[in-house]
Amino acid sequence: MAGVIARRARRQSVFRWIVLVVLGIFFLLPLAAMVEFSTRDSSTWPLLVHWSQLTEKYPDLTDGILQSLGQAALTAVLMLVLLVPTAIWVRLRLPKVRRLIEFLCLLPLTIPAIVLVVGLAPVYAWVNYFLGGSSLTLVFAYAVLVLPYSYRAIDAGLSAIDVKTLAEAARSLGSGYAKVMWSVVLPNIRSAVLSAAFLTVALVLGEFTIASLLNRTNLQVVLVLVGKNSATVSVAVSFVALLLAFVLLMLLSLFEKRSVKGSKGAS
Amino acid sequence: MAVRPRLRGAALLGTLPFFAYVTIFLIIPTLVVVFGAFAGDDGGVTLDNVKALKDSYILDAFGRSILLSVISALVGAILGALLAYAIATAKPGGILRRTVTAAAGVLAQFGGVTLAFAFLATIGISGFVTVWLQDHLHWNIYSNGVWLFELPGLTLVYTYFQIPLMVIVFLPALDGIRPQWREATESLGGTTFQYWVKVAGPLLAPAFLGSALLLFANAFSAYATAAALVSQGNPIVPLQIRSALTSEVVLGQANLGKAMALGMVIIVSIVMGLYTLLERRTAKWLA
Repeated sequence: MAGVIARRARRQSVFRWIVLVVLGIFFLLPLAAMVEFSTRDSSTWPLLVHWSQLTEKYPDLTDGILQSLGQAALTAVLMLVLLVPTAIWVRLRLPKVRRLIEFLCLLPLTIPAIVLVVGLAPVYAWVNYFLGGSSLTLVFAYAVLVLPYSYRAIDAGLSAIDVKTLAEAARSLGSGYAKVMWSVVLPNIRSAVLSAAFLTVALVLGEFTIASLLNRTNLQVVLVLVGKNSATVSVAVSFVALLLAFVLLMLLSLFEKRSVKGSKGAS
Repeated sequence: MAVRPRLRGAALLGTLPFFAYVTIFLIIPTLVVVFGAFAGDDGGVTLDNVKALKDSYILDAFGRSILLSVISALVGAILGALLAYAIATAKPGGILRRTVTAAAGVLAQFGGVTLAFAFLATIGISGFVTVWLQDHLHWNIYSNGVWLFELPGLTLVYTYFQIPLMVIVFLPALDGIRPQWREATESLGGTTFQYWVKVAGPLLAPAFLGSALLLFANAFSAYATAAALVSQGNPIVPLQIRSALTSEVVLGQANLGKAMALGMVIIVSIVMGLYTLLERRTAKWLA
């Protein structure tokens, strides 16, 4: 029996390394190619670190980067303001409504962004009328787009703690619902809130469909625009954007690990 | 809480901002698509838009979209399952497993424009690999035409985010397989082949199929990668919708884009419904 198991372990290990090497090459090659491609012209990278020169040469690009950062931050704030109090409130007072909220939050998963943009066009005609055509108005659509992911993160955070008992304890000591949410529940779901915010930022920084088809601008839109004249610059910026997303999502997995540890410690 | 009876209406008021927001930016857009598909240019009810879906160029676009999604989902599912198996049999909590799952989490999100540029830098006309193969092996990968900007190219690019997604969704099912089941098979005289065909295979099949369906929906909904890569023609449905949204409106077809969008929603909903059913079946066995 021991011989069989050892032989299988060896076979599995050979198989594992073949799969890892072949797929590893497939996944690393485009990343390596991006580095090679963007260093062919030696002036590309020095240009990227000089913000003022970059603005002079590619004004669209720096504008797109700023717009994307603004959209990411505002979407995260809007999503949290919309979702966190509602999720807590429903758990405390309206358990029957929870299924409906969950259904609505997960709905965007079955509606592709390209479909959503078709339906959003008339809604944005009104947004234009009331708020103007600023690219920051995209945050309304983006908050919907990130709903499934941020809802799951926040819901998981709330499931890990006993919201009801915490709230009852706080209320018996005389605090109102606002205080219960802000200073009792919120500190306990900090890592879930952070994961939701990080996911939101990562998704918004990569968004192209809605921005491009509603005639607004952001990083991805200008990447395509700039790429038509200078593929090198677009490849270099894409590589930076990818690294940034990588760092964001790595930080995210760190939070998730910590929150799992935290919930284990509590039970 | 029951001691102090309060109007449910007052509690419902607390959810008002959420429902108002979701109504404006999610429900209304959905209804616009659903009802717009059946609305004529004059605002009356008509079936013309839906009938126009039978036009050969739209049917072809749906056919190509489905083909692209099926192939990239199958290739992604098979390679992703192999990769998932490779790390499921590795040391639990080891550095290899942690690195691969973290990388898969990032790469599954890596779609859109940046991915298109990554592949342009790799196998574009002057890409790294294209040039290298030409210089060192005298092999021109585009001797029969540049396929990167067509369906074969899109399929290749899509597998780049399909494989990592498969790893993420399929790994939990593989982890649910207990080594004791294999030992039980062996103690009853079963071979490795019998174990895979009679024990692990049937247990993993619903999870595998479900994951493949999720991959299909993922590819079918994707727009940005294709939009950045394909500049000539509109081979797939999302790109047809783009042209319906941005180009001059043909008389009588103002709502054709909505009809195509409705077609996409119906296909994605059916696929996701099947996925949910299979998911439930998986959960029964591999809790």
